[in-house]
Amino acid sequence: MNAATSPAVTNPSAAHLRVVSDRAAGDGKSGITLSGVSKTYRSRDGEVVSLKPLDFHINAGEFFVVVGPSGCGKSTLLKMISGLLAPSTGEVFVEGEAVTKPHGNVGIVFQNSLLLPWRNILANVMLPIDMKGLPRDKYLPRAKGLLKLVGLEGFEKKLPWQLSGGMQQRASICRALVHDPKIMLMDEPFGALDAMTRERMNVELMRIQRETGKTVLLITHSIPEAVFLADRVLVMTERPGSIAAIYDVPLPRPRSLDAMADPVFTELVQRIRKHFFTQSTLD
Amino acid sequence: MAEPKGPGAVSRALNAAWVRPVLFLLFIVVAWDLTIRLFRIPPYQIPAPGDVLAVLWSDWPELLRQAWPTTYATICGFLLSALFGIPVAMLIAGSKTVESYIYPLLVFSQSVPKIAIAPLFVVWFGFGIIPKVISAFLLGFFPVVVSAVQGFKSVDPDMVDLARAMQGSRFKVFCAVNLPHAMPAIFSGLKVSVTLAVVGAVVGEFVGSNSGIGYVLQRSIGTFDLPTMFAALVILALLGVVLFWIVDRIERFVIPWHVSQRDEFLFAA
Repeated sequence: MNAATSPAVTNPSAAHLRVVSDRAAGDGKSGITLSGVSKTYRSRDGEVVSLKPLDFHINAGEFFVVVGPSGCGKSTLLKMISGLLAPSTGEVFVEGEAVTKPHGNVGIVFQNSLLLPWRNILANVMLPIDMKGLPRDKYLPRAKGLLKLVGLEGFEKKLPWQLSGGMQQRASICRALVHDPKIMLMDEPFGALDAMTRERMNVELMRIQRETGKTVLLITHSIPEAVFLADRVLVMTERPGSIAAIYDVPLPRPRSLDAMADPVFTELVQRIRKHFFTQSTLD
Repeated sequence: MAEPKGPGAVSRALNAAWVRPVLFLLFIVVAWDLTIRLFRIPPYQIPAPGDVLAVLWSDWPELLRQAWPTTYATICGFLLSALFGIPVAMLIAGSKTVESYIYPLLVFSQSVPKIAIAPLFVVWFGFGIIPKVISAFLLGFFPVVVSAVQGFKSVDPDMVDLARAMQGSRFKVFCAVNLPHAMPAIFSGLKVSVTLAVVGAVVGEFVGSNSGIGYVLQRSIGTFDLPTMFAALVILALLGVVLFWIVDRIERFVIPWHVSQRDEFLFAA
């Protein structure tokens, strides 16, 4: 119990534990910066605090993963970064610009692929282009290239229901990338997939991120998945959400599934897991 | 594609979609005829199917002539209910304020029996086509609104967020996401609406008209001419079936991607 509450002290190799706030890390020009961002919802029973003030910075090209229990305001965080939701206090900066409305510099992947059933795969991938009113003919080769990148070549004319869950999610990743945003926001993107497909998708996602150089903010419930994917892992507390800790993941890249057997990996997973055991009422 | 020979052709013919209802209809007609003979039901209570067929055969041109105004009123009323129903549903689904003002009143208005207020339209608009169209419209309107509201409301908010995050304008998002999503529900409303519009048109003809199938019904009841009355009912049923079929065809054309159409789509692909 005592060891769980203060892992940094008890664990000898605590070099990759970061302090809660790291606002100073960014140069203010690139990546994502949150400064004092909080969210309070007004409901019938009064005010509900969803997120306590958050301060952190995500570097450009970084793979940043947020883990936390359900209802810790992770999805709220994602909506505020994409500009769909205004924070109650504080400011969000994307690429140095303050976010006040949808800015289109993000691609979003949800747990459900959310492909439109009446559009074929290619038309689904082109949705952001239609929404932003960009020239179709200019982006069509890009859309096809992305589908090729994720191994969906030849499925352009298929309707979503004709594809498996993993393939649908790949298509939705293409849709998130087609307008070439700087940032990819992923809300439990592989949560609905079976365990084997999920592992394969994780490896593939890392490859896509490496090849495109996007800044990725991924939200997940799975601690091993978080550690496997991330450059840094942000651990959130239960509602109201706040930052419990931010960890560096010192595993070398490119990573294969073998990385999960690495002692550094298992130790970090164990450490992060302790955050939730101290918080929950189970113990 | 198959040669009409051997036992295979028979079972294939049995499996054609239109054969089964026709067979069942034949069965009903035979049962009808047998019942009349068996229980000696006098023809002024229920006419024999043969008599009805005879009237259909001999009075066909007259019935067809009278079916035209009814069809016309039905289609006009139906189109009006689609034309008004879908936008009203958009407003109701799109705004809580509009919903709180309009929806309860709409439901309230549905409890008023149309046949009771139909004479009012005759007072206002005379004996022409207009009272029938209004009556058909009033009956067809409600199912379109209810289904379309449900369709517009059932869209996944994440999907709308996704489109909005791409800087889609409200109108663009609506056209790309909300409207196509609501289409299956709208069509199920339209199918109910088109059959009710037939009823509405006939109600309109009942209360004040000198043409149409409703008028034929009214007149034949007055003279106890039951075969003619039943023939008119057959015409009405046919009208309903044909209009329903047309809407169904349009649906298949507009939403070939929907779950309900997938068998067909696979076959076509």
